[in-house]
Amino acid sequence: MPGLIPARRPPPARLGRLSWSSPRLRAQVYQVGAVLLLVLAIGFLAANTLQNMRARGIQSGFDFLLQPAGFDIGEGWVTYESIDPYWKAFLVGLVNTLRVALIGCVLTTVLGTLLGIGRFSRNALVRGLCYGYVELFRNVPVLLQLLMWYLLFTEYLPLPAEALSFADVAFVSKNGLSFPLLVWHSGYWSALAGLTIGIGAGVAYGRVARARFERTGVARPVAGVIALLVIGLAALGLLAGGVPLEFDYPFHSDIQIEGGSTLSPEYLSVLLGLVLYTAAYVAEVVRAGIASVPPGQHEAAASLGLTRRRALRLVVLPLALRPIIPPLTNQYLNLTKNSSLAVAVGYPDVVSIANTSLNQTGRAVECIAIIMLVYLTLSLATSAIMNWVNRRAALKER
Amino acid sequence: MDHGFVPIPARPAPTRVSGRLAWLRHNLFASIPNAVATLLLLALLGWLASKGVRWGLLQAVFVPDADRCQAARGIGACWGVVVEKGTFILLGRYPQAQLWRPLVATLSLLVPVLASCSTRCWRPWLALLWALGLGLFFALMAGGTLGLSKVPTDQWGGLPLTILLSVVSMGLAFPIAVLVALGRRSTMPAIRSLCIVYIELIRGVPLISVLFMASFMLPLFMPVGKSPDVLIRVIVGITLFAAAYMAEIVRAGLQTIGNGQAEAAASIGLRWWQAQRKVILPQALAAVVPSIMNNFIALFKDTSLVTIVSLYELTGALSLALGSDPNWRPFKIEAYLFIAAIYFSCCFAMSRYSLGVERRLRRSKAR
Repeated sequence: MPGLIPARRPPPARLGRLSWSSPRLRAQVYQVGAVLLLVLAIGFLAANTLQNMRARGIQSGFDFLLQPAGFDIGEGWVTYESIDPYWKAFLVGLVNTLRVALIGCVLTTVLGTLLGIGRFSRNALVRGLCYGYVELFRNVPVLLQLLMWYLLFTEYLPLPAEALSFADVAFVSKNGLSFPLLVWHSGYWSALAGLTIGIGAGVAYGRVARARFERTGVARPVAGVIALLVIGLAALGLLAGGVPLEFDYPFHSDIQIEGGSTLSPEYLSVLLGLVLYTAAYVAEVVRAGIASVPPGQHEAAASLGLTRRRALRLVVLPLALRPIIPPLTNQYLNLTKNSSLAVAVGYPDVVSIANTSLNQTGRAVECIAIIMLVYLTLSLATSAIMNWVNRRAALKER
Repeated sequence: MDHGFVPIPARPAPTRVSGRLAWLRHNLFASIPNAVATLLLLALLGWLASKGVRWGLLQAVFVPDADRCQAARGIGACWGVVVEKGTFILLGRYPQAQLWRPLVATLSLLVPVLASCSTRCWRPWLALLWALGLGLFFALMAGGTLGLSKVPTDQWGGLPLTILLSVVSMGLAFPIAVLVALGRRSTMPAIRSLCIVYIELIRGVPLISVLFMASFMLPLFMPVGKSPDVLIRVIVGITLFAAAYMAEIVRAGLQTIGNGQAEAAASIGLRWWQAQRKVILPQALAAVVPSIMNNFIALFKDTSLVTIVSLYELTGALSLALGSDPNWRPFKIEAYLFIAAIYFSCCFAMSRYSLGVERRLRRSKAR
């Protein structure tokens, strides 16, 4: 072929000629410089730290985790005594942190979603109240809110002797909230088995119904049948076990509330404070998500003849969920991290335990490292779970 | 089959579609359940309001008299505690005879802050105003010059400390955040990974652990015998924390700027730094001003955490003021409400301002 000019050869590699105007060389110099600077800084700090520790007689190392802790912890689901080693104290703290974070995330989601949807109510009063709630709770520091709830629980509630009672079933006093607890009985095994079978059957039915809907377009009732399967089979299991419904009711003795299960005022104030604060943020996230659904979608759903409720469930919510999930994840992370403020009201979470251990053993580096490790792990785990949820909700494009 | 055109009778014209009455009917009494909800809510609100007014105003004690407050306990609020302890809560443990100093210092710091809120003041003299305000603040608070007695930083407290911590930390965090955000978008792998590790590490842990680190570990990091002042340690901690969050905001802003801008800048011969400074960053930062404002509000609220590492800003000064005084301790909730009102009005004002900025930005984007 005439006319075709030959391809240019690549420029020869310029070895041996180092020039400052070569971006590649500059990049490498910058990077080496940055890493060197970092290494030098860390070395300097580490040397100082070691010297300081020697000068002050601070011991280092994680061996203290095996020594007896020697302090009591007020509450927790893990059995613990003051002669137990430090690692067990940290475990109690971790479980206490999770107890706040998990239950807090669930409650926050429920309350925040309700408040966010409330911003679109047809009733102006409901709209106004939701708006007022969000502004009020968002603009006051969460630490202050925790302290206020704690003060309310410990100062303004009656003494245990004059506890407020709710139909003699639950009691509220300065010692916290006491409520009946289901006593474990071997008959529950069959109920649990029934529940498991019910869930399995429900899932299977849901799949079948969905496949049938995709094939024929005939919609079968799904939610009701699944609920019936789960509840019915669980109830059958309970019947088979002999219906051992026995509660451990709290009761009023002369000066105390005894029996049942009790949530301490520390736990209640941390949980309530965090939930009410974070719910204000979640409400804004939900509101923004719903507002992001273009009006055309509402109109299209209405023109298909969907009722307001079905349009919400089938069209608006799936579309709104996408912009909601990433900022919602952030709010879960914030709630988990803010649970560290429990130290201010004396709830024994992991930060509070670490703080006590730090003061007892003087091992600041190790204790702070444990705190950071715990929260980093929790953050990464939450992100991983929410990323999975996000992928499930993401737009499925063909 | 020709019936001709027979129109159906016209619908009657709607009575009232605008005006207050129509708004009420449409928004509060649109349907029967709606009307019931409205009435129930109104009843609840009325009941709460009457209780609140009785507790907070009618039966409340406004004079700083502990005995009268004690008598009104459970019936009315004791705002006397605010009258009695207000100065201590607002200004902390600062020496009693010198209280004019934190007052003037706070005002001198607020002047440049407020001036920066208006674009009309964005002139070269603003930098001078900032330098003057900060200089005056530290000179007045610390003393030792101009014939003022020296006051160590552990006696600073209250609102001046809250404002100082948020303003100074934000000011220091901003340049770090811009550098880290640019670093995270850099093509150099070593620099990029350093920035990512910094951002994710800080964002993954609570502020309180960073503050613990600042107050327990910074003294260990320094050469033997040199321990930085507690105020400096806390400012370093908050700055590092805020910078990581703000870096992500700046990065979001950088992502809104298309590649074409960088290429255009390069094609007219700007070097990388020049391009960032003159072309990319002004656009990127303008896009995220509302987020930066939100971050500042969060920072302002987060300064309340320094009370846990024993610096007595607004929240800490309150505990200090009431914790040691058995006469007034029972009325802590009123004092809490007082500082909650301060925090609320500051944060609410800032969020309104941020909304205004957002509106102005939208107008600048409109064609």
